[in-house]
Amino acid sequence: MRLHTGIRVAAAVAATALLATACSSGSGDSGDDTADGSGGKVELTFWTWAPGMEEAVAVWNEANPDIQVTVNKQDGGDPAVTKLLTAIQAGSGAPDLFQTEYQKIPTLVSEDALADIADVLPDGTAERFAEGTWQSVTLGGDAVYGVPQDSGPMQFYYREDVFQQYGLSVPTTWEQYAQVAEQLHTADPSKYLGTFSANDAGWFTGLTQQAGASWWGIDGDAWSVDIESAPVQKVAEYWGGLVEKGVIDNKPMYTPEWNAALNDGSQVGWLSAIWAPGVLQGNAPDTAGKWKMAPMPQWEEGDDATGNWGGSATSVTSQSTHKAEAAKFIAWLNASQEGVNLLVSEGGLYPADIPSQAEALSSPPEFFSNQADFYTLAAETAKGVQPFTYGPNVNVAYSAYNDEFGKAAEAKQASLFLDAVTAMQATTVDDLENQGFTVTK
Amino acid sequence: MTTLAPPRAAATSGPTRRRGSRRRGAAPYAFLAPALTLFTLFLALPIGYAVYLSFRTEIVQGLGLGSGARQEVWAGFANYTRALQDPEFLASVGRVAVYGLLLVPTMLGLALLFALLLDSRRTRATGFSRISIFLPYAVPAVIASLLWGFLYLPRVSPFYYVFDQLGWDVPEVMSSGLVVFAIANIGLWGGVGFNMIIIYTALKSIPTELYEAARLDGASELMVALRIKIPIVMPSLVLTFLFSMIATLQVFAEPMTLRPLSNTISTTWSPLMKVYRDAFTRGDIYAASATSVVIALATFAFSYLFLRLVQDGRAFSQESK
Repeated sequence: MRLHTGIRVAAAVAATALLATACSSGSGDSGDDTADGSGGKVELTFWTWAPGMEEAVAVWNEANPDIQVTVNKQDGGDPAVTKLLTAIQAGSGAPDLFQTEYQKIPTLVSEDALADIADVLPDGTAERFAEGTWQSVTLGGDAVYGVPQDSGPMQFYYREDVFQQYGLSVPTTWEQYAQVAEQLHTADPSKYLGTFSANDAGWFTGLTQQAGASWWGIDGDAWSVDIESAPVQKVAEYWGGLVEKGVIDNKPMYTPEWNAALNDGSQVGWLSAIWAPGVLQGNAPDTAGKWKMAPMPQWEEGDDATGNWGGSATSVTSQSTHKAEAAKFIAWLNASQEGVNLLVSEGGLYPADIPSQAEALSSPPEFFSNQADFYTLAAETAKGVQPFTYGPNVNVAYSAYNDEFGKAAEAKQASLFLDAVTAMQATTVDDLENQGFTVTK
Repeated sequence: MTTLAPPRAAATSGPTRRRGSRRRGAAPYAFLAPALTLFTLFLALPIGYAVYLSFRTEIVQGLGLGSGARQEVWAGFANYTRALQDPEFLASVGRVAVYGLLLVPTMLGLALLFALLLDSRRTRATGFSRISIFLPYAVPAVIASLLWGFLYLPRVSPFYYVFDQLGWDVPEVMSSGLVVFAIANIGLWGGVGFNMIIIYTALKSIPTELYEAARLDGASELMVALRIKIPIVMPSLVLTFLFSMIATLQVFAEPMTLRPLSNTISTTWSPLMKVYRDAFTRGDIYAASATSVVIALATFAFSYLFLRLVQDGRAFSQESK
């Protein structure tokens, strides 16, 4: 124990030394961190990887000389969380502000990395967000661990020109989706309506969320894990069937191969989320103006359910000594008309803040200029996002997804997709119990 | 003659000598101090800390939300029993064993072959060849894996384009049966040059009289290689084998970089990938430390056994002569 604290102190000293050198190269007089609040100039650091954040922060810094924010660009969700948790364990080195993906919030809260800002947020902040979105930053309790920034309601993206060429109709149910997938692949065996990606656990989570699944739950003082449940099995079996038949591709998304397939028209559709236009623009630039967006295919004809894939909140870390100022900045960035306009215009994000959406989202994204009602349709689909609870070991479940569904997709056997669900459930429960959580069966 | 002078001078002035020897006694430590400090700070302490962590674990109370919900406690050997009983760990050891059996003999065989070819009298442009064989070693493993990843994916690979034009149906190299070859190939590409240089350097130090004698006895170039060169560079081969074995046990960058490109490489493909997953994906630094200690001990054991084996055998007798 003594050795442990000793090394913690040593690590903290080393980290502070590094930080000090890093900071000193920045500005001359950042040293005098006068007591919290009154009068003194406050410097806040902000770890984020969302696009356009530097530009939005520049507008804030211009108007608020007393609260200066410095953006520190991160590589992405997973590496940033690793870095933050290391800083939390070392006792120093964490930023004041941190971009948290919704599914990471329970993990970060259980590691004591996020501050409760319920007391310092302006009144009425909660009312600006959809109930399901707000729940993901409160985890259903009284504490508030961040303010939602953007959300990722899922839709179906497809190549309108290819659909016309083969006389395909846009599927409104999953049954039709399977038929269209088969029609297309039979007409041209090099073309697929989509792919089952064993690398994107968040994507699969969204699909099961649409079907009514919630992988975790809170039962009083215990967690429950419901990965092996009827909705998840239904989704897994459905996709297993399509992959086994060969009408859907089994390769992961976000590979050079997948990009090429999107760009040359071999991948004709993509079940994705509201941020898809930006990805398509970057990965398949040759297809501009050829895509259209439609609501997700439904399990029951006439439903309007969907899931979320992606989306983040902005949080204050437990190491910040300027929680009030940090909360003030977050409220401006994510829950004010000015801030939200910047999120949309500079970052191309789909804001979670509902009152500002109408003004901020007046014109469709550039890549979808052929679909004038893009954001009107998107707003309708967003209403159908089903409730979902993330647990404290999302990372474990997600990496089990990669391994188990990787095997199933490679083998192209529908029965193995169901086995993968069983294995994920076992791995996730085992990990929770091993950590000492109480798990209800 | 001059060598006799200093001792006599020292003998005549006793006190000076004693003071000198005392200074000489402290000097080695002064010279060693920087190395010892660095060794302690950056090797011994972290290793000690990892061993300490491997006997600890974190226990969560209730829902585990809010501050103070986690507590670090002693775990005894629990982390070790979990690591050794984990079927994924054993499977990753199995995969790496296959990888090593494929890679090490091929790599050292090619390295030896290239070194002998470069050393043979008829070879032209040795400087250029040596550099071009060595060059891949200078490419970081992650970059090499990204490049090879592109070449392995049928849709973007120029090789598969050619195969397609020729009408050949070549199986995907990153499919489940072949993926170990795909990974070993990257290691081979990067490793041959390094090992070749070590063997080649050993070849260059062989006195030329040996070759002249062999030629007078009528030995061909091939006979010289088999009977003189290979036996003499055997210590270098032992060394390169040891290095390659350790590198095999620690294979990480290649499968880690290729993983997102296919379904066939799991997050626990190699033992070190499992350590990485436990530490950084699962946030369980304690289990990761235990597995690291197991891997380190296994590496020591293998290296020691291997060296004992070759020392008992004939190989090292060359050196001791």
